[in-house]
Amino acid sequence: MKLHEYQSKFLFRDFGIPIPEGRVATTPEEVYDIAKAIDGVVVVKAQVHVGGRGKAGGVKVARSAEAAKAHGQEILGMDIKGLRVEKVLVDPGADIEQEIYLAITNDRGVGKPLIMASMEGGMDIEELNRDRPEAIIREHVDPILGLQDFQLTYIVSAMGLPRALWRPFGKIIRGLYECYAKSDAELAEINPLVITGDGDLLAVDGKVIIDDNALFRQADLAADRDTSDEPESERKAREAGITYIKLDGQIGCMVNGAGLAMTTMDMTKLYGEHAGIGPANFLDIGGGATPEQVAAALRIILSDSNVRCVLFNIFGGITRCDEVANGILTAFNEVNPDVPMVIRLQGTNAAAGNQIIDEAQIPNIMSAETLTDAAKMAVAAVQEIA
Amino acid sequence: MSILIDRNSKVLVQGITGRQGGFHAKLMMEYGTDVVGGVTPGKGGEWFEGKPVFDTMRIAVETTNADVSLITVPARFAADAIMEAADAGIRLVVCLTEHIPVSDMMKVVSFCARRGTRLIGPNCPGVMTPGQAKVGIIPAMVAIPGNVGVVSKSGTLTYEVGFAMKNRGIGISTIVGIGGDPVIGTTFVDVLEMFESDPATEKVALLGEIGGSAEIAAANYIRNAMTKPVAAFVAGRSAPPGKRMGHAGAIVDGGEGSADEKIQALEAAGARVASNPEEIPDLLM
Repeated sequence: MKLHEYQSKFLFRDFGIPIPEGRVATTPEEVYDIAKAIDGVVVVKAQVHVGGRGKAGGVKVARSAEAAKAHGQEILGMDIKGLRVEKVLVDPGADIEQEIYLAITNDRGVGKPLIMASMEGGMDIEELNRDRPEAIIREHVDPILGLQDFQLTYIVSAMGLPRALWRPFGKIIRGLYECYAKSDAELAEINPLVITGDGDLLAVDGKVIIDDNALFRQADLAADRDTSDEPESERKAREAGITYIKLDGQIGCMVNGAGLAMTTMDMTKLYGEHAGIGPANFLDIGGGATPEQVAAALRIILSDSNVRCVLFNIFGGITRCDEVANGILTAFNEVNPDVPMVIRLQGTNAAAGNQIIDEAQIPNIMSAETLTDAAKMAVAAVQEIA
Repeated sequence: MSILIDRNSKVLVQGITGRQGGFHAKLMMEYGTDVVGGVTPGKGGEWFEGKPVFDTMRIAVETTNADVSLITVPARFAADAIMEAADAGIRLVVCLTEHIPVSDMMKVVSFCARRGTRLIGPNCPGVMTPGQAKVGIIPAMVAIPGNVGVVSKSGTLTYEVGFAMKNRGIGISTIVGIGGDPVIGTTFVDVLEMFESDPATEKVALLGEIGGSAEIAAANYIRNAMTKPVAAFVAGRSAPPGKRMGHAGAIVDGGEGSADEKIQALEAAGARVASNPEEIPDLLM
């Protein structure tokens, strides 16, 4: 779960990290009031879950409350990469002497938290990592022991931070680590962390991503979840316990298991790409594939108007294919789709399952024996319609 | 021979009185696995299919001399269950549980390393040595005994490939499902090392997917240290970046972890990479 900039920074503040004293506005009038109270240069920043909002015109500097209000008018309701801006953060402008990068993330390869710090903050860290990886200081933390003081000294000395800032910066690293650990974050990033003209440190922008699997014990953060960047179909699927991700092809895929679901998508692309045909979605129906689940998944797939064919690929292990076949037919009668369906059942009782499908003699339903055949048939079905 | 488990492995099931735990414990016993008991706190003294249920792993291990444990408990209890098994001196822990927080797994993986316990998973289908034993949920019908080692991040894709091999008469020494989570106990490289030194394994099939860099590490190992031929498939060529494809670890992030990058690395290392998993048996002939 991604947090907005303002949510991230307010969370940092709870862990003793200095942030600009800004507030959130949802109307131009509120922007005016906040800017008036700040009484100086302010920055009006769109709060949306996409990168590159600055380039899209979602971040504006104002020298008066009136100008801030005008920017608020412009940014609120703006469309940035398909997302509507509902909130802006109004921050006092910072006096920037130098920009630092600081982040803590899960290093999956090593299985430990990783601290990354660089004197070259402000820019895109992926770019910096590609061009000058040596400019980023990296330090792993023992997940059982936690962050140790000597590691703070390693980091500040290696990055070449002015000595006068070692203590306050060390406090910020410690605060960010606490924040990361206590919030079950996958990423806690300050970019930039600014050294001001007065020599103070200030977290001017922030990004926090919380591990979805830990939301059960992060009730406060979960309550503030903004799902506006999640397509409605994905939200509905999530609520039904189905993993669904909308893509832009024509073949709807219904599969049991995440790895096989990806593979099935890949096969539609492998055999359809030459004709501009590919997967319309990722869908993992999970174990069981009961009629209710199949029907729910089928409705979600068909809610995408690009879908021209639905490909079922179910490997029956513990689940029996004959039961799955009956489930599919029940769901078919309930949902009554108007696109052709290719059904491929493999594994336990596959022959019996295919017989059930074939004997039902539904004109729009074809059964396939191998995944290769199934993908080719689905591609052909889309081509026929087009 | 085989790797990790065989017919002599003594297995405890943590969560044996639960619906999933009980169901799969029974299937494991039917397959020939020596399930010696189970653990559910508060249900010590009960019996499951003639096997004793204990309150703690410590008592269970003392009583049964078990060396392997299967974790089937829900996500919020799973990290604790793994550590309990490691603390009790279990050699091999297989964790099926999905949705365990990564912060828990980082602690658990470090703890297991300190105790000398090998952890498989979490969020994996388990381990099977065909014809001898299985610990986990891999269906009995997907494999016959043979000389190909299979290692995979995914469940049903593994069954698919095992079944396609079986249909062509190709048998398997051991199947290891390492799981699709970002932080796991045993990696591709760990399993490749075991297959490389296992006399019963002559060839290896590796099934990877997008996300992380475990397949790149595997490619490096194959190039530098592996003498046995490897056939591979990498799922997720059609997956868009920045989206999590079901498995918590299956995400292409910042240009890292794409299928094409992994396929290239594996091919450069000398592995034969299939563009379609149904071609894997051909590559093993």
